[in-house]
Amino acid sequence: MSSDYEYSDDEEYNEYDDDEEAMDVEDGSTSSEEDVEMDVYDDDIKVVSEARKAYEVDYRPLTHQQVKDLMVADIEYISTIFGVGSDVAALLLRHMDWNKDRLTEKYMDDAFSISIAAGISPVPKPSHSGPDRSKRVTRSSKSSKKIEQATISEPFLCPVCFDDTATDTLGLSCGHIFCTGCWAMYTVSKIRDEGEHRVLCMAENCGVVALNPFVHKVLSDDEDTCARYDELLVRNYVACNKNLKYCPFPSCDRSVSCPTASSRSALSTIVPTVSCGADPKHKFCFGCSIDGDHRPVLCVVARMWLKKCRDDSETANWIKSNTKECSKCQSTIEKNGGCNHMTCKKCKYEFCWVCMGPWAEHGTAWYSCNRYDDKSGVEARDAQSKSRASLERYLHYYNRWANHEQSAKLSVELYMKTEKKMEEMQLTTDLTWIEVQFMKKAVDIVENCRTTLKWTYAMAYYLENGNQKAMFEDNQRDLERAVEDLSELLEQPIESETIPVLRQKVTDKSVYVQKRNEILLEDTAKGYLEERWKWNVVVDDL
Amino acid sequence: MSVVYSRRLKKELQEIQIEQADPAKRAAGIQLLQAEDLKTWYFSIEVLGESLYKNEVFHLMVRFDPEYPFKSPAVQFVVSDKVKPPVHPHVYTNGHICASILGDDWSPTLSVMAICITIQSMLASCKKKELPEGNDDYVRTAPDNPKKTRFVYHGDSV
Repeated sequence: MSSDYEYSDDEEYNEYDDDEEAMDVEDGSTSSEEDVEMDVYDDDIKVVSEARKAYEVDYRPLTHQQVKDLMVADIEYISTIFGVGSDVAALLLRHMDWNKDRLTEKYMDDAFSISIAAGISPVPKPSHSGPDRSKRVTRSSKSSKKIEQATISEPFLCPVCFDDTATDTLGLSCGHIFCTGCWAMYTVSKIRDEGEHRVLCMAENCGVVALNPFVHKVLSDDEDTCARYDELLVRNYVACNKNLKYCPFPSCDRSVSCPTASSRSALSTIVPTVSCGADPKHKFCFGCSIDGDHRPVLCVVARMWLKKCRDDSETANWIKSNTKECSKCQSTIEKNGGCNHMTCKKCKYEFCWVCMGPWAEHGTAWYSCNRYDDKSGVEARDAQSKSRASLERYLHYYNRWANHEQSAKLSVELYMKTEKKMEEMQLTTDLTWIEVQFMKKAVDIVENCRTTLKWTYAMAYYLENGNQKAMFEDNQRDLERAVEDLSELLEQPIESETIPVLRQKVTDKSVYVQKRNEILLEDTAKGYLEERWKWNVVVDDL
Repeated sequence: MSVVYSRRLKKELQEIQIEQADPAKRAAGIQLLQAEDLKTWYFSIEVLGESLYKNEVFHLMVRFDPEYPFKSPAVQFVVSDKVKPPVHPHVYTNGHICASILGDDWSPTLSVMAICITIQSMLASCKKKELPEGNDDYVRTAPDNPKKTRFVYHGDSV
């Protein structure tokens, strides 16, 4: 981060720094290097954090290491209050899906039972009811070594591979001994093939789980599998923690913490768009699995819309609009030509396509139905036109939605073109690299706002008619106009004498577009909180 | 991997053959039919004594992959002109068996004979001869190898 440009423009990055700082204070685990960086941005941060927008949520991006640190902190916490080793604490937490409170409650209630259930201690044999079982929990990692040493002197036959020459043997606290080779092969197969972080004892019906040091020891020379195992543990931690979510982008190992969006009920008032911070493109919704930013639409409404577009429910709509039913046997008939005298293929009923009445009643009025005003005919046509109207309504929103999606995709192309223009500008004028960045920035804004616009059509489709919807559509229209204007400016040919004018226009328009986008998002976000939006369908709370 | 696999299977085969030769040791109703290689073995299974499957003989096919015994073998009933699979709530008409020890509850210390005995007792304890729920759907879409199916185990009568 060296140029003025980068951090005066990129609000988002400043927010991250802000969040990170807040977290570091909580954790008390700040590296000195980060501290220095924080200080540099301090002034900016204050300005940004005061102006948190209604459509933004509080969240903090986490690196893989930061998640690990959080996990270790939880383990240490349990380890300290229970007075057990951290490996035992980790296994207890894994057993209770990392719910510290429930674990504490259960452990205080019956430490022995939960230790068995978690796979730390073996199920006691009825004959041995030793008094010092509760202590065993803390010693289980040591006990395996004891057993190992005790058996070396005796002739040993591994019950898995039937090798009687193996001298290296291992066992968990349950005392089932196997040769090290079998343990390694078994553990690798569990971790690599099954993606399982719970490595159970190999003995039949034995529920004892290997502690981390045991797994690492068994996998001693297999660094890849060790790394995979550690990753599975972290993945399990993130999966169990509803405040955390992995960045869904391929091969990204960062995650995001967003406690405000962790409850399902919160999702009825906020759209938690977050970014893991690895790349501006790594934007996703914390509340659902839709890729990218679906603001301003709530998760549940967005999902409903996507389902509607994906489903072939619209095929049914087409059938409704293009076909009629035989008034006798209700078979669906599409009239694809010919006269109005219809004969149902199925039941041989003869009727008039125009009025749907029986053909026999038409008397001599062959081929031109003069019974158009007949009551039954009017009703039949009413139903038809209603169906057609609903299809047209859907298509109105869908086409605009799809158009913005398509245009957003085309922005890659636009970006290439723009980059070329930027190069041209540097050559033909005395503008510097930084000064031509306005083009790139404008393209980013267009793409961003097209995504907003796209989803506004899904929102408008489900909004109940009325003043609120009219105001929403006003905002939508303003944004759409502004975006299209800016898009047009970006497509214009560049001539050296007009560059200063163009630059001014694009910069002004960019600012305006962004402003419109913010107004729209801000208004919808506030509308959710004020319960202003009324839907024309039932929107259940997920 | 293959050292463990072949040593283990040779040892199991040897033990089975010793048991088969000695009527006192032999598990009643279970017989090794064929074990020409270390890939596929066949057994015949019948439930002796009173049961719903009295006088019925079934053939079991056991297929191993090189990861045996760390991975369970693929076990299924043979379906042919001569032998039919048992009608049982955990056995599909294509011979596939839904039993937890062939999947999640598999342990490397279990053996082929232990599987045969478990399946025999699964038949012996059956109270009603009926097909599994959704048999037709499953059979229509099932992979050739039952190990590729992810069974959901319900009921403890396996």
